[in-house]
Amino acid sequence: MTLLALERLTVALPAGADRPHALVDVSLTLDAGEILCVVGESGSGKSITATTIMGLMAPGVRVAAGRVMFEGTDLARLPAEALPRLRGPRIAMVFQEPMTALNPLMMVGDQLAEMWRTHTDLPARDIAARARAALAEVALPDPDGALRAYPHELSGGQRQRVMIAMALALEPALLICDEPTTALDVTTQAQILRLIRELQSRRGTAVLFITHDFGVVAEIADRVIVMQQGLVVEQGAAAQVLGAPAHDYTRRLLAAVPRLTAPAPRAISAEPVLEITGLSKTYRPAGLFRRRRETRALDGVTLTLRRGATLGVVGESGSGKSTLARCAVGLLPFDAGTIRIEGRPLPGARQAAAHCVQMVFQDPYASLNPRRRVGDQVAQRPIAAGTGRDAARAQAAELFALVGLDPAALVRFPHEFSGGQRQRIGIARALALRPKLIVCDEPVSALDVSIQAQVINLLDDLQEEFDLTYVFIAHDLSVVRHISDRVAVMYLGKIVEVGDRVSLYEHPMHPYTHALLSAVPVPDPDKEHARERILLTGDVPSPLNPPPACRFHTRCWKAQSLCTQVEPPLVEVQPGHEVACHFPEERVIV
Amino acid sequence: MRVFSLAARRLAASLPTLLLILVGMFLLLQLAPGDTVDALLAQMGGGDAGVARDLRVFYGLDLSLPAQLGNYLWRLVRLDLGFSAIYGKPVATVILERLPATLSLMGASLSLAFCAGMGLGVIAARHVNRWPDTLISTLGLIFYATPSFWFGLMAIVLFSVQLQWLPAGGFGDVAMGYTGWRRALDIAWHLVLPTLTLGLIFLAIYLRIMRASMLEVLSLDFVRTARAKGLREGRIVTRHVLRNALLPMVTLIGLQAGTMLGGAVVVESVFALPGLGRLAYESVVQRDLNTLLGIVFVSALLVIAVNFAVDLLYARLDPRIGA
Amino acid sequence: MKRYLRNPVAVLGAALVLAVLGMGLAAPLLFPGDPLGLAGRPLQWPGANPRFPLGTDPSGRDIMAQIFHGARISLLIGFVATLVATAIGIAIGALAGFYGGWVDTVLMRLTEAFQTLPNFLLLLVLVAVFGSHINTVTVAIGLVSWPPVARLTRAEFLTLRTREFVQAARVQGLSDLHLMLREVLPNALPPVIVYASVVMAVAILLESALAFLQLSDPNVPSWGNLIGLGRNVLRVEWYVSAIPGVAILLTILGVSLVGQGLNDALNPRIGK
Repeated sequence: MTLLALERLTVALPAGADRPHALVDVSLTLDAGEILCVVGESGSGKSITATTIMGLMAPGVRVAAGRVMFEGTDLARLPAEALPRLRGPRIAMVFQEPMTALNPLMMVGDQLAEMWRTHTDLPARDIAARARAALAEVALPDPDGALRAYPHELSGGQRQRVMIAMALALEPALLICDEPTTALDVTTQAQILRLIRELQSRRGTAVLFITHDFGVVAEIADRVIVMQQGLVVEQGAAAQVLGAPAHDYTRRLLAAVPRLTAPAPRAISAEPVLEITGLSKTYRPAGLFRRRRETRALDGVTLTLRRGATLGVVGESGSGKSTLARCAVGLLPFDAGTIRIEGRPLPGARQAAAHCVQMVFQDPYASLNPRRRVGDQVAQRPIAAGTGRDAARAQAAELFALVGLDPAALVRFPHEFSGGQRQRIGIARALALRPKLIVCDEPVSALDVSIQAQVINLLDDLQEEFDLTYVFIAHDLSVVRHISDRVAVMYLGKIVEVGDRVSLYEHPMHPYTHALLSAVPVPDPDKEHARERILLTGDVPSPLNPPPACRFHTRCWKAQSLCTQVEPPLVEVQPGHEVACHFPEERVIV
Repeated sequence: MRVFSLAARRLAASLPTLLLILVGMFLLLQLAPGDTVDALLAQMGGGDAGVARDLRVFYGLDLSLPAQLGNYLWRLVRLDLGFSAIYGKPVATVILERLPATLSLMGASLSLAFCAGMGLGVIAARHVNRWPDTLISTLGLIFYATPSFWFGLMAIVLFSVQLQWLPAGGFGDVAMGYTGWRRALDIAWHLVLPTLTLGLIFLAIYLRIMRASMLEVLSLDFVRTARAKGLREGRIVTRHVLRNALLPMVTLIGLQAGTMLGGAVVVESVFALPGLGRLAYESVVQRDLNTLLGIVFVSALLVIAVNFAVDLLYARLDPRIGA
Repeated sequence: MKRYLRNPVAVLGAALVLAVLGMGLAAPLLFPGDPLGLAGRPLQWPGANPRFPLGTDPSGRDIMAQIFHGARISLLIGFVATLVATAIGIAIGALAGFYGGWVDTVLMRLTEAFQTLPNFLLLLVLVAVFGSHINTVTVAIGLVSWPPVARLTRAEFLTLRTREFVQAARVQGLSDLHLMLREVLPNALPPVIVYASVVMAVAILLESALAFLQLSDPNVPSWGNLIGLGRNVLRVEWYVSAIPGVAILLTILGVSLVGQGLNDALNPRIGK
């Protein structure tokens, strides 16, 4: 039975937008009890599809043609006061950003109870009971505590559970999820996807699931619709679209997705370029009269990296991977330990350190100064170091050509470039000082998949050409596998496992690595459903207050009393493969 | 408890600020031409050098600068603000006599500005870019651009001289000999025009901030969540937007407390109110530096007290503070 | 610039400011004599004598001449005081926000001290100590007006210094001076420029209030001064106070509208 049908829907953007229409002639149907994934890159119109159904479009966005048929009525032509009556009881929505989707000044219980207060005449006591039951159903560890908590007291994953509880409170027929797991860590994402799937099958809710991630599609979708720039380019059963894509664009997208597979290992020189020993860093909020709270961001990290190799560092939020990156380039002072580059300590003076190590940043929109020409930003440091203005310009032009940009674009401003192009400018800037070591802090996580592949290939080519050594920080295990020679897994400021890529991915030993690898969605429904899944409980604990001894013991299924008392040291279990676990065990995940 | 310890910490943090002000002011006034004794002698119609020297010894003005500063601070710790040569009374007494008028004027103006500013800001934001918004925003701009003393004078011309509705000045009509409630009512009646005069510019500021803050909050994600929950616009504003939008307004009270006290100087002067501001003006004109220093001290205390209250209020409104 | 000119309210503001500027520039040409000199019979109502379209004040001075010359004084004081205040504010805010730590603590305590002290009271004290010459008054107004600028600049620097492009310049090994002046300041400046219009409006108001209390320079024709003189004849000849008040109102209105227009043009977020 068809629950929702978009019929030749065209949605117009306000005058002055980059294109006249967000959606053009979009038709789709969703049956009761079905999960339909709408997948596409940024600008595909997938989110506007969701907001149009809900009637929550941004000001100026309007339905120009077509119908939004839901249970026999056209939502696009419903009078303004009728729509709120449907929102909640019939259609509900979960948003991307759990951190901002709840009112920060209102207790979670009150925000949840609002659903019944608004749409039913239930007495207050019944509402309270139902709110508690709803929180229990989404598996929040302490439902009573959560009712009285303010949003900032919950983690991102917990907030998203509250959002789901709220959306499903009145048992709607249709649940719209707009990238509900994009902002979450990968182990949390696995939990939330599982939860949505469970609740959906228990209640028979139809789900319209918006995502950019084909791995998520493979995990959750019954059917898939692929969108590109406001048009539906392909639709069909999930297995069919992912397994045998018919449209060229879908094929390209799928090809660009880095899978948990990788090129063959390569020979690497024995000469160490980066040696980190016992690195520790604690953040101490300053201030005479403020309460002191210390965050142990890094705790005794030791790493070695050889010339021409890439070290991948993976970890979820709070793992300390970004702190490690910032310490390694001299942006952050550290408390203990040493960092040596080519055998010499990292110079304390910024000017000298710049020649040893450079950095590529995460956000291509924030990493370039919006008010200065890109050429100046690439050439400024050589000029400051004494290179003549013309020579530096010429060098910048060369670098632009090297990273695949038109040297004539040197005089333009950052806003004239796309995200991928800006990341290329960032790489050119890092190369300007001819460093031996480049630290890449999540360099592709803000980019669309098709662009990710290009940037990674560029980094690969540059490494070959200039014998560069990379530290590659990422939360995405697939990307890391693609580019790294060695991989370190971090959890709450410590390295829990480090090894050669092949060894670590094919024979992981630490339970956390097992969970992490198993949580990564793979864009292949057959493999996805066949492989073993390990679901962790809870979220990553706050680094403000990490668990004692083995920091992973609170979420580990193998934990015993030893793990809560003695911290496991990092031990070499095979040549070049070290694990910090009392009970290491080889396990094949992918 | 969380709220209280936070506010206490903020209060402790304002002690160095207070010290900085007092030391700075003391040193600044040393640069002034003439001292208390000069002012006193001028008041008495002159005197010979011997009298002046004796007086300087009496007031401790013959000591070295650090010693004088030390004496001064030590007296302040004991809440002794010194003696006003001009008024012939301890400065503390003079100031205490003048405090009620200023406090009632400030309290009334602040309430007017905050409440009216909030109400008008909400109305403007809910009808953004339509006629109620245009009207309110234009009025706000004009209020902001009106010099308070001029508005006060014009109000006197209109309401006191022409229409004879309201008194032109004074802090209650002493001649009528009212007591109790009658007196309070009489004072309130006399404060209507001064309150309007002082409150107008702050009303304009609060109105503008409230409008901007409402618009900002209305664009946040959790408001979209509330809409997706099927809440009506009216409920969204009262239950979700208002409290969030009030946070910058509350901050503003603290930031504007000093400015408001400064505004009181002019308004009290226009309406002949026996307040702290007028006292400040008189002591500048009469070079009564002891009193001036005392006023600076008391005003700083007042501003710190307002900020303390604002901190308490803010921490109550926002559970994230101090967490 | 184009965005500014498309905003009719902003254009109105600019027109008002330009009109006042024009009055100030034309004053010596149209009224070459001393505006504070005796011109005719005192207290002539506006329109009563064609020689004095806006009438005369209690000392028999031409009000129109004082309004024109006063425009010059108001704008000059407003402009110079704003320059002083923004220069101090940006310097202190930039250092505090960029370096943080104890530099920030010390500078912010100083700023807090200035903000805890009612600014008009401090102005009174400064005038009492250093005299009421026009130059002194202008600098004093600048000295009491910088704290909000410092706070604003500091807040901008605090957020901008952690932005990736600043970190990138740091990793490149560029000096603090370069970071502050080339990377952070250009991005921090727009809101500060917008706020400068508020500082200017407040500066003009402060001077007129000071003059109204007869504590400003008595030897320059100031609008506030004239309002203060009119106070003694308020009950009947209220026009003496009313006319310069309107002049102040329109000037402040113009400055505020220009600020609002600049804000809309520089931060085009609301328009989208």
